[in-house]
Amino acid sequence: MLELITLIVLLALGYGFGRVAELRHYRSIQSREAQYRNLPAIATKFPDPSLRPRETNLVTGNVVISVDYFKRFLSQLRNIVGGRVKAYETLLDRARREAILRMKEDAHSQGASLIFNVKLETSSIYKGKGRAIGSVEVLAYGTAFMD
Amino acid sequence: MLVTNLEIVPGKRIQKHYGLVQGSSVRAKHVGRDIMAGLKNVFGGELKGYTELLQESRQEATDRMIEQARAVGANAVLNVRFSTSSVTAGAAELFAYGTAVILE
Repeated sequence: MLELITLIVLLALGYGFGRVAELRHYRSIQSREAQYRNLPAIATKFPDPSLRPRETNLVTGNVVISVDYFKRFLSQLRNIVGGRVKAYETLLDRARREAILRMKEDAHSQGASLIFNVKLETSSIYKGKGRAIGSVEVLAYGTAFMD
Repeated sequence: MLVTNLEIVPGKRIQKHYGLVQGSSVRAKHVGRDIMAGLKNVFGGELKGYTELLQESRQEATDRMIEQARAVGANAVLNVRFSTSSVTAGAAELFAYGTAVILE
């Protein structure tokens, strides 16, 4: 009985706080993305040779982000029937966009106008109970051009 | 020391290749951070402690790579890549590698 109550409380906490956290995070991502729209991050490996940057520098941005209890529970249910796990899709989407934004912030603080050869790397950091993946790290890096 | 993940640097020619240089750093998280992470696993959200930890160790790996490049006499590291692997439960290896060269 006690276990059931604990489970319900954890689910409720996860649902409530997780939802608020996600909404707030998305809002913050959208406003910052608008702010850095004039600083493009490009995946091109070979920049135009006519570009003559005053300086180039490696810029990075990383974030470790965790899924909440409720979503993890849902995804375990999803494991039974299969199909899209939306809870994790938004987690990874948020993590990638956040990492790119942090990379752009790093570049912006150095006075960059372009970021080339952007690479993204994802790794799972924390394996929660029952080896369910609890959190992911996303690293974004690229070469910033200052002119 | 110029560090970039491009294969060329616009406006500069590569004079000499020194081959691969690398740096790695294995870090474990401490208990306090683990407890915080446990809480965050209920509520969801960013694990700031981990973000910082990984950032620091990646910086250390990069510094070691740069040190190696300096030791062979290079003045730039091109085509830098990062990679992460978990070695045991609770420890991660951060690895940085690139090509050491002399740019004119």
